[in-house]
Amino acid sequence: MSKASYLRPIDFRHGVVDMNHGAGGRVGAQLVQELFGRAFDNDYLRQGNDAALLPPLPAGYRLVMATDAHVISPLFFPGGDIGSLSVHGTVNDVAMLGAAPLYLSASFVLEEGFPLGDLQRIVVSMARASRDCAVPVVTGDTKVVERGKGDGVFISTTGVGMVPLGRSIGGACALPGDIVLLSGSIGEHGVAVLSQRASLQFGTAIVSDSAALHTLVAALLAAVPEGSVHVLRDPTRGGLATTLNEIAQQSGVGMVLEESAIPVLPEVAGACEMLGLDPLYIANEGKMVVVVAPVAAPAALQALRAHPLGLRAAQIGVVTKDTRRFVQMTTGLGGRRVVDWLSGEPLPRIC
Amino acid sequence: MCLALPARMVERCGDETAVVDMGGVRKRISVALVPEAEVGDYVIVHVGHAIGMLDEAEAQASLALFAEMAASRP
Amino acid sequence: MKYVDEFRDGALARNLSERLHAEVDPARSYQFMEFCGGHTHALARHGVVDLLPANVRMVHGPGCPVCVLPIGRIDMAIRLALGQGVVLCTYGDVMRVPASGGLSLLRAKARGADVRMVYSPADALQVARDLPQREVVFLAIGFETTTPPTALVLRQAASEAIGNFSVLCCHVLTPSAITHVLQSPEVAQYGTLPLDGFVGPAHVSIVIGSAPYEPFARAWRKPVVISGFEPLDMMQSILMLVRQVNTGRAEVENQFTRAVSRGGNRAAQAVMDAVFEVRESFEWRGLGEVAHSALRIRPSFAALDAERRHGLQYQAVPDHKQCECGAILRGVRQPTDCKLFGTVCTPENPMGSCMVSSEGSCAAHYTYGRWRDIPVLAQ
Repeated sequence: MSKASYLRPIDFRHGVVDMNHGAGGRVGAQLVQELFGRAFDNDYLRQGNDAALLPPLPAGYRLVMATDAHVISPLFFPGGDIGSLSVHGTVNDVAMLGAAPLYLSASFVLEEGFPLGDLQRIVVSMARASRDCAVPVVTGDTKVVERGKGDGVFISTTGVGMVPLGRSIGGACALPGDIVLLSGSIGEHGVAVLSQRASLQFGTAIVSDSAALHTLVAALLAAVPEGSVHVLRDPTRGGLATTLNEIAQQSGVGMVLEESAIPVLPEVAGACEMLGLDPLYIANEGKMVVVVAPVAAPAALQALRAHPLGLRAAQIGVVTKDTRRFVQMTTGLGGRRVVDWLSGEPLPRIC
Repeated sequence: MCLALPARMVERCGDETAVVDMGGVRKRISVALVPEAEVGDYVIVHVGHAIGMLDEAEAQASLALFAEMAASRP
Repeated sequence: MKYVDEFRDGALARNLSERLHAEVDPARSYQFMEFCGGHTHALARHGVVDLLPANVRMVHGPGCPVCVLPIGRIDMAIRLALGQGVVLCTYGDVMRVPASGGLSLLRAKARGADVRMVYSPADALQVARDLPQREVVFLAIGFETTTPPTALVLRQAASEAIGNFSVLCCHVLTPSAITHVLQSPEVAQYGTLPLDGFVGPAHVSIVIGSAPYEPFARAWRKPVVISGFEPLDMMQSILMLVRQVNTGRAEVENQFTRAVSRGGNRAAQAVMDAVFEVRESFEWRGLGEVAHSALRIRPSFAALDAERRHGLQYQAVPDHKQCECGAILRGVRQPTDCKLFGTVCTPENPMGSCMVSSEGSCAAHYTYGRWRDIPVLAQ
């Protein structure tokens, strides 16, 4: 029989977060140890310090760092939750530079009254995502704010990775003539989250595509000559249209897309039609745009399609010389239109 | 003004509502304005209400007309 | 999606395009107004204009209920939400429309007003059931497509004796708007309307039928073709209009036979008539006061009329002096004719009705078509 620890075990069934958890005392330490420590468990956390001491980078590599705050509501949605999302999102940001993600930090801002059971669900999910990615959470922080000053829980994750010296992948690197590839179908995450909103309530089998893309990136980069991939970006908030406009803006180029080449699941198309939304502007959390030199495009596409996260990868357009930096699209009908920046938040419309 | 969609009625509920299928998405809507609609029929849905029926024979006729126009090129 | 995708087929569109090119008279031009904002949006989104002959020009009409909703009406809703603490429910499109004092419903929400987006008026009624201690108001906009659902919900609220629910009714009528376009000052000035025909609204016509358009066709000798919503429908409708013009006919034709009948949906008309009556006059943004163009809740449902229940007074708010929306809505000016277009007036900062909703003429042109105004070097 184990020695009495003189601490009541955390009541995950009925307990809620209270101001004591953030006060830095015994109760807070218990939460950190029994929930976070147990879930994320690794050597770095076991060091028990406020910072993690990390090994040096191998020769020939540079450091990459990314950070993201996660404030999504609802916290739980088909295909994921704020926890798994916070791991995937930051791992992906690092991977979009062609870097291998190495470590994560996680900070939690908890609202007084937030059920500990939900917190446990989130942390367990986050830990599972971290393990599946093989990217450990090596340091973290917890704060508590008064009731009404938070939305249940906010999570910020920072990721650190390494990229070989000389690799230059970024939003400003697209060149006229480059091919634009998309790793899969769009709109699933946004639709999955929308389907949970009380005022919309529609039944759908759509689940969020939330996923870590670093192994897909690695497979892609291994299949083409170094320097062929110019841009990698995951179309999250604002959707594919926003991401492509960003790249066009940064690189000083235009694009011409082919609407019929952009993969959209029929159910996503149906939900978007119903709500009057355009899948091009809906968030994705497990897809990426690849802008690649034309000679390497076939090999790149093949490498994407050979990976479980890239099965529906497609060539969706080309980069053009355009001082106005317009992203144009040939419609399914054969006409042309501009795919503009998003104007405000996409709200379902009746017109 | 008119974002409305054809949807197939899959289940009639008692209270003047029905479950419809729009491209794989299921939604419960009001069918008070189309009392004659039955399961399997297509209705036009706007703001959560069916506002009219879609005549499938006429739809096929329209499509046939487009195809015929394509066939008899100038 | 069944009965949607088939009507977007690219190959059939190309053939319709060839047919159109073959049948237009090269010696003249054709101006057709598509009345419905949904049609404007469809034209732009699918790039239909590229498939039309160069001498066919589509003019965008005032059929966008968000666009023509006067600032004063939104002010009323904002006053209710911010000042009287009501739960204000409305459709997504309305929430961003800028009103007086730099406010919109969305901005009022940021200031603490309880403003909720609903997909259907039935959802607003449910909010009232869920919150019996709060006053719930539904801001109802829309043409005849959207009016019957509001009527149903009012009837339902009355039968359940729901005491905390009311509707701020801003429903408008299609035939009056068409009349207004046909009676515009330019017609009086030039003695002729610069329009050769109308593409009639798809879903409004499901409710009201094709019959109400017959007086216009007769009186003004202009053809009307009621068109389905999809790009192939529209292209066929334009072809039907071209044929009518070429043969000197001015009839009402129905292209949308799969959903529209001459008499319309009687059940929907009956419930509208039971709950609403026609207002003598109503202000349309960009068009001014238009007679017999809008609906008011009947006295028998007075307790559910937000204007009566909350003692609301309407105050007109004028648009910017240089705003050309009125002329654009009547089809006599284009967005690029307006000095404010693309400079001061953008979708993020709309100055007038045509930019406010994504299918107003100016918004549609800005979002989908402005690249045509600027020479683009694309290889």
